[in-house]
Amino acid sequence: MDFSNKYVIGFAVGICVVCSALVSFFAVSLGARQDANKVLDQQRQVVTVAGLAAPGEALTQERVDEIFKDIQPRVIDRKTGEYIDVSVEDVDPIRMAKDPETSEETPEAFKGAQIARLPDQLEVFEVTKPGSESIVLPIHGKGLWSTMYGYLSIKRDLSGVVGITFYSHGETPGLGGEIDNKAWQASWIDRAIYDAEGDVELGVVKANAPRNPDYQVDGLSGATITTKGVDATIKLWLGPAGYGPYLQRIQGN
Amino acid sequence: MDKKTKSILLDPLAEKNPITLQVLGICSALAVTTKLETALVMSAAVTFVLICSNAIISMLRNKIPGSIRIIAQLAIIASLVIVADQILKAFLFDVSKGLSVYVGLIITNCIVMGRAEAFAMGNPPGKSAIDGFANAMGYSVVLIYVALFRELLGSGKVLGYTVFASVRDGGWYVPNGLMVLAPGAFFLIGFLIWVQRSLTPTLQEAE
Repeated sequence: MDFSNKYVIGFAVGICVVCSALVSFFAVSLGARQDANKVLDQQRQVVTVAGLAAPGEALTQERVDEIFKDIQPRVIDRKTGEYIDVSVEDVDPIRMAKDPETSEETPEAFKGAQIARLPDQLEVFEVTKPGSESIVLPIHGKGLWSTMYGYLSIKRDLSGVVGITFYSHGETPGLGGEIDNKAWQASWIDRAIYDAEGDVELGVVKANAPRNPDYQVDGLSGATITTKGVDATIKLWLGPAGYGPYLQRIQGN
Repeated sequence: MDKKTKSILLDPLAEKNPITLQVLGICSALAVTTKLETALVMSAAVTFVLICSNAIISMLRNKIPGSIRIIAQLAIIASLVIVADQILKAFLFDVSKGLSVYVGLIITNCIVMGRAEAFAMGNPPGKSAIDGFANAMGYSVVLIYVALFRELLGSGKVLGYTVFASVRDGGWYVPNGLMVLAPGAFFLIGFLIWVQRSLTPTLQEAE
């Protein structure tokens, strides 16, 4: 079969138009549902990291909503630690960090986490459930291959870690990917965070190296760079450039 | 059912199985088969894409200019894959997280492109749809076989239900770590190919 050039170009354009119409139709019509799924997934992570879910419990939308009655999402000013009176839905710190208007370059001392810019506003989740008061902090930092996004939950009086989890990363499965390992994540629980001078002591050291077991977690074998990244991420977000001012301020109250 | 339709429907299940005979599409067969659930969802997604792409491409087979046929086929396949991915994200979010990029990679699955080129471009839509379905089933059968054994031997479970209580949960079964890693799937597929070739002498290459 012989086709003229006009026909070939027309056919190509036609295919593109029809295909893109089809794809956009599905993307738009299913978008709301997908966003709801993403929000639910994020809420599940918060609930789990704050230790509010029973092990193996099915976290349905209703159950999550119920637990979230005891969780206050707040927006804070990163530098002063003051609350800002805006809805959490309107603030996306990760997007904010990309815009020079709403972010600031990461101080040299915290460049280890390889995050170029820090947003002016941050999101926190305050758990007010009696007996398990804690604060859930979204954290992120670079590992070996990827930016690791997760949540760190710490006690309201800053005396120790409640839990840690990573919900998105691209580290090597079986090595750095073991940051998902529940047993390793459990080794973070109850570690102290700040030393007497108020410096962040919590962190990760190389597997089996001498460490201070009150503060430090064993690294993952074969994942030196990933664990270094986790260590730098913790130091950055709990330090003065991250949630530090906010955490100090709520201690005053 | 006439003889030709029957052979279109049944050949890809065994004698012309896309995975064991043509060794196509095995990257996803290795990647998504650690659990039976993800394998089932992946099979459903490939079945959807393969039936639709074969039918649509076959309908357009006399209109697609030869000079741009590969890219035209790919545009159709890619659109269908995105649609499948969007549907999974909306309705089966947890499984779609487990499948991560592999749904998107159906675009590059050689079976889909291979069937479009080899069959749909030369046959009417009805037959092409059957061919797509049959090849998807041939793929699915192997995927489910691999996933069943990997989940059972690798973690002592089937579809998330404990069959062998593992040592970690206080049972007796020591999970076989090899099955969880990609080489486990290679062994299982290799074993299947070996059994199939031993049973069907016509498939054996001459010495």
